[in-house]
Amino acid sequence: MLRFILMRVLQALPVIFVVITATFFLVRSAPGGPFDQEKVVIPEVKKALEAQYRLDLPLHEQYFAYLGDLAQGDLGPSFKYPGRSVNEILFSGLPVTAELGLYALMIALIIGVTAGVVASLRPNTAQDYVPMSLAMIGICMPSFLLGPLLVLVFGIWLDWLPITGWGDIPGDKILPALTLGSAYAAYIARLSRAGMLEILSQDYIRTARAKGLPEWRVVTQHALRGGLIPVIAFLGPAFAGLLAGSFVVETIFQIPGLGRFYVQAAFNRDYTMILGTTVFLSSLIVFFNLVSDIIAAWLNPRLRHQLSGGGS
Amino acid sequence: MALLSVDNLSVSFVTRNGTNKAVDNVSFSVEQRQITAIIGESGSGKSVSCYAMLGLVPSPPGRIDGGTANFQGQDLLALSEAELRAIRGRDITMIFQDPMTCLNPFMKIGDQLIEPLTLHQNLAKGPARARAMALLDEVGIRDPQAAMSAFPHEFSGGMRQRVMIAMALINEPKLLIADEPTTALDVTIQAQILRLIAELQTKRDIGVLFISHDLAVVSDIADQIVVMEKGKVVESGQPKAIFDNPQHPYTQKLLAAIPSGQKAADTVAPDPLIRIEHLRTWFTPTAGAEPVKAVDDVSLEIHRGEVLGLVGESGSGKSTLGRSILRLVPITGGQITFEDTELSSLEGRALKQFRHRMQMIFQDPYASLNPRMTVYDTLAEPLLLHGLVNKAGLDQAIRELMDNVGLARSFLRKYPHEFSGGQRQRIAIGRALATRPEFIVADEPVSALDVTIQAQILDLLADLTKEYGLTMLFISHDLAVIRQIADRIAVMYHGKLVEEGSTAQVFDSPREDYTRSLLAAIPGANAA
Amino acid sequence: MNTATQVFDDAEKGSSLWHDAWLRLRKNKLAVFGGGVLLFMVVVALLTPWLAPYSYEAQNLDLGATPPSAAHWLGTDIFGRDLLTQIMYGGRISLAVGFIATAVALLIGVTWGAIAGYVGGRVDAVMMRLVDILYALPFMIFIVLLMVVFGRNILLLFLAIGAVEWLTMARIMRSQVQSLRQQEFVEAAVSVGLSPAAIIRKHVVPNALGPIIVYTTLTIPSVMLLEAFLSFLGLGIQPPATSWGLLISYGAETMEEYPWLLIFPGCALTLTLFSLNFLGDGLRDALDVRGSKD
Repeated sequence: MLRFILMRVLQALPVIFVVITATFFLVRSAPGGPFDQEKVVIPEVKKALEAQYRLDLPLHEQYFAYLGDLAQGDLGPSFKYPGRSVNEILFSGLPVTAELGLYALMIALIIGVTAGVVASLRPNTAQDYVPMSLAMIGICMPSFLLGPLLVLVFGIWLDWLPITGWGDIPGDKILPALTLGSAYAAYIARLSRAGMLEILSQDYIRTARAKGLPEWRVVTQHALRGGLIPVIAFLGPAFAGLLAGSFVVETIFQIPGLGRFYVQAAFNRDYTMILGTTVFLSSLIVFFNLVSDIIAAWLNPRLRHQLSGGGS
Repeated sequence: MALLSVDNLSVSFVTRNGTNKAVDNVSFSVEQRQITAIIGESGSGKSVSCYAMLGLVPSPPGRIDGGTANFQGQDLLALSEAELRAIRGRDITMIFQDPMTCLNPFMKIGDQLIEPLTLHQNLAKGPARARAMALLDEVGIRDPQAAMSAFPHEFSGGMRQRVMIAMALINEPKLLIADEPTTALDVTIQAQILRLIAELQTKRDIGVLFISHDLAVVSDIADQIVVMEKGKVVESGQPKAIFDNPQHPYTQKLLAAIPSGQKAADTVAPDPLIRIEHLRTWFTPTAGAEPVKAVDDVSLEIHRGEVLGLVGESGSGKSTLGRSILRLVPITGGQITFEDTELSSLEGRALKQFRHRMQMIFQDPYASLNPRMTVYDTLAEPLLLHGLVNKAGLDQAIRELMDNVGLARSFLRKYPHEFSGGQRQRIAIGRALATRPEFIVADEPVSALDVTIQAQILDLLADLTKEYGLTMLFISHDLAVIRQIADRIAVMYHGKLVEEGSTAQVFDSPREDYTRSLLAAIPGANAA
Repeated sequence: MNTATQVFDDAEKGSSLWHDAWLRLRKNKLAVFGGGVLLFMVVVALLTPWLAPYSYEAQNLDLGATPPSAAHWLGTDIFGRDLLTQIMYGGRISLAVGFIATAVALLIGVTWGAIAGYVGGRVDAVMMRLVDILYALPFMIFIVLLMVVFGRNILLLFLAIGAVEWLTMARIMRSQVQSLRQQEFVEAAVSVGLSPAAIIRKHVVPNALGPIIVYTTLTIPSVMLLEAFLSFLGLGIQPPATSWGLLISYGAETMEEYPWLLIFPGCALTLTLFSLNFLGDGLRDALDVRGSKD
């Protein structure tokens, strides 16, 4: 198992390296310098600025200097907000986005798994059709549409819930978390239904029934574990999706999180900020992919055995 | 009084395409301390009737239309689901056909084993584990302690079936239902498991309901035989009566289908068509890993006009040997000579031109035909490829092929999924014969088929061999089949050739221990 | 007169798997509905210049935003532009992105996967390792980055989205080809002496087509979602062109006063996604992509 984890980490490192390199050169190859838009920049000031951001160095030196900074965990200063470092901005947004993501993930998992399992127990009956139709709506209703609609209905027409902010008014976290989580609840519902149906048709489920186990124990003790492996494996990609989704949700609900900063940085052409955020988010995504892979592998005794067996 | 007596049981499956009566007015019984065997081919309803009375047929689509199943004074069919559950796994337990899939791969064997104990007897984990280990020892698992904390995939099929048996016996049931418990196993393992079941049954005084498609297997152990066909019981009685004096035509057909007899030895001077010298076919699963020596230094001659039976258990390398001769897998070393041509070094165009002289018939007729091609296209492909007929002669040639393999010409434009297994195998045979080959490798060509179909296909193969003057390598795990069709026999074990000789010699005076154990494992000592 | 017809006029017509699948699909009401709606959308998109009730550029600042009426079935936006016309023109772009980017993905993915799967060995290992690495890249973020850096170019959008989606396509194709290669009927074709090219053409591709069709149908909606997502953020389609994502984004800004500006484009997008998903699910069932034997 340790070998497997180590192998996976070793595979992830080049990915992160590729991300850093590709992002760096992409951003640097963007047409127009960062200070071109400022109208009155005296040449001397511009020069000083460029020196501060190391723009006067040749590109490859900038790159290596950047790598050096990264190795120390320094993402550099922001172009747009002189005096503030990218690190500062990132870490002010991170807790907010993490909390939002966590709630969304919880919503997705609880609703998704429940709906999927319930549907799988009686396929092709109302118990299957109702949750799966809802899941279909969830998949076809993207967050940037669902969010405004929820705001319209619950925030404006019914006036039940606040429609902006994060942690300012009680209840203002409900709509964003719901908006972000619903599509993933839908995906997870479909995945867990498919996974459970597959497992429930296996011979060993019949063995469990032949033992006289009540149906709920057949499901919880024998079927759930295998049936939910696809869901666990999906959590890595889901995490990446949640981060991307937070761009939209934080913009709609005006939440001061990472996603909103990223979108703002994109519009402001705040290159160091874009670079830093991309590197940071990408590493996070790669990390979570790794974790969900490892958990999924660990849950499968056959894989676990091969992995810990050492030997070959 | 009978332990279990089933009367007039009817079960049907209700689907969108209509109602299908799977079990129709079936009656049978299991006496105390006796083995009742239900015999039938696929679709005969033999399994469904047993599953139905335990409430294991999912509903919908399954529906019990009527009947009673009296077990210890209770009608199982009238019980509620909860009452039935209390009996299932305690008084009536089951073992199934495929031990590879019947154990939960995510749970340790120990945990699965004690489940019936903790469930039905409220036993604490400690004593339950002790009992499980004792039982594992009894069913012949060598290290019960280690087995308890192992996962199923660490065990072979035979071992898993032993675990299943232990699991079925752990609550000291009164009735054990065994659904084809040895069908998925190798011959020698099958013999062991059968012996184990018989032993445990006598020792524990339980009744057994043994479901099987194989009369030979059943003949050794059953006290009572029930023959089913298409959802109905057509005959039942004691084995002796059934074997000696079958009443119903279907039973007679089943008995006739048991491969029996020995091919009359031809006394032709051996004229080697194919010479295999020191053949090695090794696979390297992943780079750097130890190679799997599927075929390891095999030398063998196949004589012109003979059927050479190649026998071995799963993993013996018999299929790989066949595929190596046909150059379907890359060989590692050694030589294969076909007449005067060295096959092992042929490449590209030369190999392609040679291919029509040797063909293959595969095991699984469901997988060996392209599902998107009609019979016509399947048969036309080799004919056109090798330019054996012109466009005008094509239809005539295909018609002849259809006649020869016994298929109606009106089937030509149909697709494989519209045929039964036996018909598909006929199509596959037709494809193999299309190029008028001299040599055919038949890889377990009948083992996926029902007994009666198996007999038909074997007859067809024997006829065609004669008619076409074929030389054949007939690969099988089934010695009875081999005995019926082969002139000579070669035995493989772990990639090596362990014995070779005429059919009579191998059966009457085998030289090797392994061959002897194979012969001893042939079921049906009473059937013959 | 062809002899085949003479000799085999007594032959019963067989029912191919494609035919069976078609019969199954036809029974699936949701899939038929999805296919119908989709066809309608595509036809409307193709004929928009002739069908649209108003010209795309026509503004009426005096009119401003009005709710649905007889003159403007779906109402008008704040510039007095007819919303139905906007949605029709937006649909052209949204659907085009969906189809073209999927076609790009299909082309790259199928070729890549087929080669890796058929050649196997080291080539396969290298090709699929590359796919693994690309898979691990956080593409959503990368696309945003690309759009920021290189301006909001629609061609780039096609390429970028196609480049993400081909990975899954390649994986599916490879696993298909690989499992088909081990099938006995392919082995039979080898033993008959068919060339690799003929085997791929006659035996592998026809059998791999089912999963590819299904996955293609399901890729289009995810591509359309991606486009709408980027357009919503202002990183996708740029004015004066429009797409459903962009219309939703405008609608969201003014939904408090003019909710129809959000609801109708939202309906158009959701309905299309529904149709594609229903059709895809229906095809999956009809073509039996899980792959049973019978």
